[in-house]
Amino acid sequence: MRDRIAAPATLLLVLGGALLLAALNLGTSPGSALHVPTYVVSLFGKYLCFAILALAVDLVWGFAGILSLGHAAFFALGGYAMGMYLMLQIAGRGQYGAVLPDFMVFLNWKSLPWYWYGFGQFPFAVVMAMLVPGLLALVFGWLAFRSRVTGVYLSIITQALTYALLLAFFRNDMGFGGNNGLTDFKEILGAPLSSDNTRVGLLLITAALLCALYLLARNLTRSRFGKVLIAVRDSESRTRFLGYRPESYKLVVWTLSAVMAGLGGALYVPQVGIINPGEFAPAGSIEAVIWVAVGGRGTLHGAILGAVLVNLAKTYFTGQLPELWLFALGGLFIAVTLFLPRGLMGLMPQARAPKPVDLSEEAPIPKEATP
Amino acid sequence: MRIILLLLGVLLSAPAWAQSPLLAPLGSQSFDEIRRGVEALAVSGDPRAGPVLDALQAGRLLVQPGGALFIRESSGNVVSAETDAPADASDLRPVRVNNGVRRAVDAAMGGLRLFAPDPATRADAAEAVFRSRDAAALPALDRAIAGEHDAGVRETMQQARAAAVLATSDATDADKLAAIAKLRARGDLDARAMLASLPDGSPAVATAAIEAVAHIDWALQLWGLAQGAFYGLSLGSVLLLAATGLAITFGVMGVINMAHGEMVMIGAYVTFMVQEVIRAQAPGLFGVSVLIAIPLAFLVSGALGVAIERGLIRFLYGRPLETLLATFGLSLVLQQAIRSIFGPSNREVGTPAWMSGAGRFGQLTLTYNRVAIIVFAVAVLFGLMAVLRFTPLGLRMRAVTQNRRMAAAMGIRTGGIDALTFGLGSGVAGMAGVALSQIDNVSPNLGQGYIIDSFMVVVFGGVGNLWGTALGALTLGVVNKFLEPVAGAVLGKIVVLVLLILFIQRRPRGMFPLKGRAVET
Amino acid sequence: MLAPGEMRAVIGPNGAGKTTMMDVITGKTRPDTGRVVYAADTDLTRLDEPAIVSLGIGRKFQKPTVFEPHTVWDNLLLALAGDRRPWFTLGARQSDAEQARVDEILGTIRLREHRHRRAGDLSHGQKQWLEIGMLLAQDPRLLLVDEPVAGMTDAETAQTAELLREINRTRSVVVVEHDMAFVRALDVKVTVLHEGSVLSEGTIDHVSEDPRVIEVYLGR
Repeated sequence: MRDRIAAPATLLLVLGGALLLAALNLGTSPGSALHVPTYVVSLFGKYLCFAILALAVDLVWGFAGILSLGHAAFFALGGYAMGMYLMLQIAGRGQYGAVLPDFMVFLNWKSLPWYWYGFGQFPFAVVMAMLVPGLLALVFGWLAFRSRVTGVYLSIITQALTYALLLAFFRNDMGFGGNNGLTDFKEILGAPLSSDNTRVGLLLITAALLCALYLLARNLTRSRFGKVLIAVRDSESRTRFLGYRPESYKLVVWTLSAVMAGLGGALYVPQVGIINPGEFAPAGSIEAVIWVAVGGRGTLHGAILGAVLVNLAKTYFTGQLPELWLFALGGLFIAVTLFLPRGLMGLMPQARAPKPVDLSEEAPIPKEATP
Repeated sequence: MRIILLLLGVLLSAPAWAQSPLLAPLGSQSFDEIRRGVEALAVSGDPRAGPVLDALQAGRLLVQPGGALFIRESSGNVVSAETDAPADASDLRPVRVNNGVRRAVDAAMGGLRLFAPDPATRADAAEAVFRSRDAAALPALDRAIAGEHDAGVRETMQQARAAAVLATSDATDADKLAAIAKLRARGDLDARAMLASLPDGSPAVATAAIEAVAHIDWALQLWGLAQGAFYGLSLGSVLLLAATGLAITFGVMGVINMAHGEMVMIGAYVTFMVQEVIRAQAPGLFGVSVLIAIPLAFLVSGALGVAIERGLIRFLYGRPLETLLATFGLSLVLQQAIRSIFGPSNREVGTPAWMSGAGRFGQLTLTYNRVAIIVFAVAVLFGLMAVLRFTPLGLRMRAVTQNRRMAAAMGIRTGGIDALTFGLGSGVAGMAGVALSQIDNVSPNLGQGYIIDSFMVVVFGGVGNLWGTALGALTLGVVNKFLEPVAGAVLGKIVVLVLLILFIQRRPRGMFPLKGRAVET
Repeated sequence: MLAPGEMRAVIGPNGAGKTTMMDVITGKTRPDTGRVVYAADTDLTRLDEPAIVSLGIGRKFQKPTVFEPHTVWDNLLLALAGDRRPWFTLGARQSDAEQARVDEILGTIRLREHRHRRAGDLSHGQKQWLEIGMLLAQDPRLLLVDEPVAGMTDAETAQTAELLREINRTRSVVVVEHDMAFVRALDVKVTVLHEGSVLSEGTIDHVSEDPRVIEVYLGR
C-alpha cells in the first residue's frame, strides 16, 4: 500500500516544490513577502542534485548490498565534465583574456590538452558526464565483482578509489585546475548563469531529471531484475546456486548508478558555480550514504527525502552553529544506525510489524508482493 | 713608500729583540713572508705553534714595531708569544693578515688539530685535509698517523693522506695506486669526484682511477638502494604502528572502526599534554616525556576504546556496514571535540634531544627519530603478539574470536573480552599516536591521513594475521618510497593505491588468508 | 559413481567430507587435485557455480536459505529454469507457462495457500520445502540435498522422505544425512565417507553391519 502512495507523492513533492519555488522567484517582486531569493532556488537545486546522488547510492546499497564509499567520485567526475564545458565557454573573458582557461595560462600551457577537446560542445560534455563515470564504474566493478570482493572490503577499496582520484585531481599538471578546480563560469548554452531565469531553469531541469531517474530506478527494482538484485543482496551465494551470476547483476546496477551520479554532478556544477577536488573527499561519499540511511535504505523515496532533509540541516547548522555541525552529523550517523535502522521511512505506519533483527548481514526490508 | 717602511722595520727590529727564527717571520711586514712563516710553524711541531696560530686566526697576535710578538689573551692580559710569560709591552698592533695568510693559518690549524686530544677533533681535522687535498699537510699527517690509536680516526687520516698524495705531482705510481685504493675503499661522492678529476698520470694510475670510479658508482647505487629501503622501512613502520591496532579490532574482531585514526590522533594529543605539563612543572624531565606519554596514551585511547565498544559497537555486531557508518560518525564527533578543545591549528610537540639528529652508517644517513620509530613499531608488534599468545587475556581473546558460543559456554564473559580486545586495539593506536607526534603535525585531522592506508595494510596483509600486517606495512612502505623518485610523491601514492586495488582483485583475502570454515561465516 | 536416475544417501561422521564433497561438486570449493566427472565428459572443477547449475545440478544447503524479503511465489519464480542474464530479467514478464509451473510446484511442496507470504515468515519446515521447491523449479538432472530433515518434526520428516522419492522418479538425487531412521526410510544405496574417502558402500543393512563403519560412525 505504502509503495502505491509513495511514488506519486514523491513526484508531486519534487516537481510541485520546484515549480512553486520557480513561481515564487520569478512571479513575485523582490520586495514581496512571498518572494523567494535566487540563492534559495539554487540551494534547492543543489539539494536535488544531492538527491540524485542519494538515489544512485540507494540503488546499489539498498538493493544490491554494495556499500559504496566512493560514489562522490562519480558525482565529481560528472561535475568536472560539465565544468570543462562551462570553462571553455568563458574563452576570452577570463582574467588573462585568453582562449585557454586561466589556470592553463598560469601554467604557461600553449594549447588545450587532448582530453579537453570536444568539451566546448554541450552535447559532448553531457555524454562524457555519463560516459566517464560509467566507464570507470564498469572497469572497477568488473574487476571487483569478478573476483568476488564484497562487503567491507569492497567499501574500503571504493574509498581508496575516490581517495586516489582526490590526490590525482589536486595535481596541477593533471590539467583540471589543481587545487582551485574549475570556477568563474559565465554562461551555459548562451544563457548567463547569473540570471534568475537560468537558475530557475536549472532547478526545474534538475527536478525533472530526478523524477525521471526515480521512475527508472523504481521500475528497475520492481522488475524481475530487481528481485534478483535483492536476492543477491541478501544471499549472494544462494543466488549463485540458482544459476544467476551475481557479478553481472551487480555490474549492471553499479554502472547505471555511477551514470546517475555523474548526471547529478553535471547539474550540480552550474548551480554552485565551482567544482574542485574537494568533491572527491572520502567524507563526501560517506555523507551521501548517511542521507540514504536517514531516509531509509532500500526505499527510493526515502533516499530523496534523506538527502534534502540532511542538507537542509547542514545549511542551517553551518550558517548558525558551525561548531556544532560535525557533532550533529556524527551524532546522526550513530543515532540512525543504532535506533533507526530503516531510516525515517521505517517510522511510517505500515502493514507489517518489523521483524526482529537477526545477526545476518542486513535486516531485510519488507517489500510489497507483486505477483 | 711601502718598501721604505719595510726596510725601516727590518732594520729596527733586528737589534731590539732576539726573536726565535721560527716565530720571527710572523712579525714581518710582507704577507708572503708571514704566510711562509705560518707554514713553517705548522710543520715544526713546536709546542707554541698552537697558541700562536690560534691567536693569529683570532686577530689577537700583536707585533711591536721591532718585530717582537705578543698574544692578547681573552682576559685582556698581554703575554709574550714565545714564552707565554706576562709582558708589559706598548705600541702594539695586530699582525697583518690577507687571504693568503688566512688560508695558510686555516690549513696549519687543520694540521695542528690532527694532534688534538679529542678524537672527534682529530677526525674533523683529517676530514678537512681530505677536502683541501693540501700536500703541505703530508708531513703532519704522517706523524699523526704514526701516533694515532683510534682505528677510525687513523682510517680517515689515511684517506686524507691519500687525497693529498694524489694532489702532489711528484708522488710515485706505487704511492698513487695505494692512494687510489684508499679512496676507492672510502667510496663516497667526494672520493669519486677526486678520482674522476685526477690529473693525467701513467696509464696504470689512470686505469686504476677509472676502475675505482666505476666501483664507487656501483657501490653508491647500492647505498642509494639501502637508503631508499631505510626510508621505506621507516614509512612502513609508521604504517605498521597505525595498522597494528586495526589488525586487532578489524583483523581479529572483524569490527570496522573508522574512528581508529582518531584513537591515533588522541594518542598524539596525549603526548602534547604530557609535554605541556612537563614544560610547566618539571622541565628537566623533557627528555623522557615521550616515554611517559606512551603508557598514558595507551591508557587514554584504550579506555576510550572500551567505552566505544560498550556504548556503541556491541549493539552492531554482525552488521559490519552499519558499524562502519556509526564509527565514521564517531570519528567526526571526536575530531570536532578535539578541535573545540585544542583549536583547529597544529600543536607543537617537541622531540627530545636523544631522538633528534642523525647517525651515519657507511653512506647511509639514519635519523634517530625514524630509527626510534622503527624500533618502537617492532617492539609494539612483538609485544602484542606476546600478549595474544602468552597471557590469559590473550588466550580468552583468541577463544572468543574463534568460537564465541563455545567460549561463553566455558564461562568466559565474552562481552568483557570484546571490550578489552577493542580497548587493546585502540590503546595500541594511541601508542602509535605518540610515535606519529614526532614526525607529523599534531592536528585534529592527524588520524584521517592514516586510516585509509591502515585499512589497506590490514587488507593487503590478510585479515587476522599480525605477521601479514607487518609484511603488508613494510611492503607498502618500501614500494611507496621506491616509487616516489620515479613517479613523484602524489603519483606514487596513486600508483600504490591502484596496484592495491588490483592486488585485491587477485587475492581478495590478502597475502595470508585465513583458511577453513571460519572464513565462510 | 552415480547412475542416472539413482538416489544415493551419503553418511559419515563429522569431518568425513560430506559437505566438502558437495562444495566441490557445485564449484563452491576448488579441489587442489582430482576431477569431478559429470555426464561422462564434463570436468566440473573447471567451471564456476552458475555454469554448474546450468548443467542441471541443483543443491540444497544444510541451513535453509530462501530469499526472505521475497514472497514464496517470487522465490519460485526466480528459481524457474530460464534465461539468467540481466538483459533478460530487466524486461521479463511472467508467461502463462511460468505461472502454471510455479503453481504446480506450489502444489508439490504443499505451500499453495502460502504463496503470497514473505518467505521469511514461514516456519522452518516450510522453508525447507520451499527450498526443495526452488530446486525443482530449477529442473535439475541431479539434486544434491544436504541434511534435509535436520530440525524437522517426525511428521515433516516422513513427508520429506516421500517428497524426495517423488523427485527421484525423474532425476538423480544425492542425500547427505545423519538421521539413520530417515536414511532407512529412503531405502536406497548408502555410501559411508570417513576422512575424505569412501569407507563402505551398499544397502543400509550392508553398511550398518560393516565393522569399520560401526567403529568410526555408528558406535558399538
